[in-house]
Amino acid sequence: MATEQPFFQIDDLHVEIEENQILRGVDLSVKRGEIHAIMGPNGSGKSTLAHTLMGHPSYEATAGQVLYNGEDILERDPNDRAKLGIFLAFQYPLAIPGVSTLNFLRTSLKAVKQEEISAREFRRHLLDKMDMLKINREFAGRYLNDGFSGGEKKRMEILQMAVLEPQLAILDEIDSGLDIDAIRAVGEGISSIMHPDMSIVIITHYPRILHYVKPDYVHIMVDGEIRQSGGFELAEELEAKGYDVLLKEVMVASTQTQQA
Amino acid sequence: MAVTEKDIQESKRVYKEKYGFADPEQAIYKAPKGLDPERVIEISRMKNEPEWMLEFRLKSLEIFNKKPVPEWGADLSHIPFDDLSYFVRTTEKQGTTWEDVPDYIKDTFDKLGIPEAERKFLAGVSAQYESEVVYHSIQKDLEAKGVIFLSTEEGLEQHPELFRQYFGTVIPSADNKFAAMNGAFWSGGSFVYVPKGVQVTIPLQAYFRINAEQMGQFERTLIIVDEGAYVHYVEGCTAPVYSTDSFHSGVIEIIVKKNARCRYTTIQNWSTNVYNLVTQRSAVYEGGVMEWVDANLGSSITMKYPSVYLMEPGAKGDILSIAYAGDGQVLDAGGKAVHVAPNTSSKIISKSISQHGGRTSFRGLLKIYKGAESAKSAMRCDALILDSASRSDTYPTIEIEEEQVNLGHEAVVSRIGEDQLFYLMSRGLSESEAAGMIVSGFIEPIVKELPMEYAVEMNRLIQLQMDKAVG
Repeated sequence: MATEQPFFQIDDLHVEIEENQILRGVDLSVKRGEIHAIMGPNGSGKSTLAHTLMGHPSYEATAGQVLYNGEDILERDPNDRAKLGIFLAFQYPLAIPGVSTLNFLRTSLKAVKQEEISAREFRRHLLDKMDMLKINREFAGRYLNDGFSGGEKKRMEILQMAVLEPQLAILDEIDSGLDIDAIRAVGEGISSIMHPDMSIVIITHYPRILHYVKPDYVHIMVDGEIRQSGGFELAEELEAKGYDVLLKEVMVASTQTQQA
Repeated sequence: MAVTEKDIQESKRVYKEKYGFADPEQAIYKAPKGLDPERVIEISRMKNEPEWMLEFRLKSLEIFNKKPVPEWGADLSHIPFDDLSYFVRTTEKQGTTWEDVPDYIKDTFDKLGIPEAERKFLAGVSAQYESEVVYHSIQKDLEAKGVIFLSTEEGLEQHPELFRQYFGTVIPSADNKFAAMNGAFWSGGSFVYVPKGVQVTIPLQAYFRINAEQMGQFERTLIIVDEGAYVHYVEGCTAPVYSTDSFHSGVIEIIVKKNARCRYTTIQNWSTNVYNLVTQRSAVYEGGVMEWVDANLGSSITMKYPSVYLMEPGAKGDILSIAYAGDGQVLDAGGKAVHVAPNTSSKIISKSISQHGGRTSFRGLLKIYKGAESAKSAMRCDALILDSASRSDTYPTIEIEEEQVNLGHEAVVSRIGEDQLFYLMSRGLSESEAAGMIVSGFIEPIVKELPMEYAVEMNRLIQLQMDKAVG
């Protein structure tokens, strides 16, 4: 098989928030159907990367580019990125009181696909996805994320992803704040949605979720840079050693490389 | 991501196209400008009124002249009192079929969708154009049950005793300057009587249209809901977009008798050159229920505080208020609940939205008199501010003379956050669609109280007001 071109590529991305440099040259290359995990300690810039990729206005890219199907998307509004097929599952999903999950998602799907969809047809689509993800149908009528528990919010993010059928899903700490049963529910939900044309960038602090959403590549991010990349075994090593030990080894290795 | 001048112009253009069109003035009588007592005498004479009403009008004018323009609330110092015409007649007789109405007026109401709404979901319609009601109808079966739904002038003429027994009893002219002004110049409005035990299950609607430039419209409505009866009355209003100011000052009096229930819904969408100063109040008796649903979207300045006076044990009053203020608008709205008797309860809930430099103020008054034991009241106002050019203020007043009462008060002011917009935009919505969705969710608790047709209309109007430049 000929080497497939990556459909999503981050080159030397530098990002500032209120003039504080957070990302200092991130590179990442994702092909169709691949799952990449980005791991790292708190404050390493993982969530900044997620927000920047979706186009949050407070995050300013000062250098580098983000190519999606060959096009630099850094100047595009978040809604345009959604229409291109990019989806961000939020670490802290926001509540929209007074707007039912069903109405919200129908509006969203119409906007993303840029076509009409009848209320009846959409309802069918939504309920199918809810059944598939074992989410109680009663949530369709509830106001979006309003009064939901942390676990419910995360599962609704997965439901949104299932309904919108993105090409590239960026999952920002989808497992944070969840107990082990909820992590399993979320993890199994993601893997049931995954298909060969879809790519996932899963950002996480803990390796546990990766047992359900098994990555092809694992990257360790520290101080706004990707310091080390490897296969699933890197996540396992991290699970066994913890960040402190692993990062020390990484530092020693890089110092030795420099001295050599 | 900011709202541009272009967006504002666009929302104005859309109003102008849908509601703000003007007919050439074809009045058969337009009173000379100004507040001369001669004008009052002329109106009364043209309406063939009894002597007592002429006296009432002249007395009201005296009160109006004595009272200063209020200095609290919105700035009213620019009202062009001397440049307004206080009475405009467009037809000699009121129609009971749309064919009786002059063609150009019928066309206006057609464009506004009134005859269509009447066929689909209304029990009766009253249509007022300039100063007088030009059309009214009521379903035959309601008429057979004794329900009265007439223009106020017809009420006075056909039911003089019932009319005189209640007229001016809930809102005397001395109440405030603009109630006095209405007392002097009142014209049009509805007279409604629902007999004991009769349930009017689908709404009666009145529609108010100002077409002429620089006029004052003074509708006067009197609704009496007899024991155990029920009625829902809905009013809507629009006007053309002019560069000069017009003036609307209504007085609405409602009597809710023992165990009766009345709901009064307003969807006010005047053009932004209309001053809208309205006094509406209800006296509620034993076990009765009054519900005001008050939505104010248009006008340059609105000052309007629907009130409930809970006169006897078990009386209940709910006031739900929505206000939207855009470019150049001041919407000063809220409600008043006055508890006179024991075991009475009230609720004032307000939702306001300000955008494009608009200003909303919530003004709420709760008064509990000595002896109103075990009164219960809750006041809640939520304000949503859409941009940094806009503003919202809250002025609650609570006066309690009784110790055994149960009160709740809550005020929340919020701004649409960047993160909330970002969340919705990441799901494909444009910035204005995202803001629109947040706003329609914000007003949902009140909108869901409206009949379905009005709920749809309400959401559509709000979206129209917002910066939906993309057609």
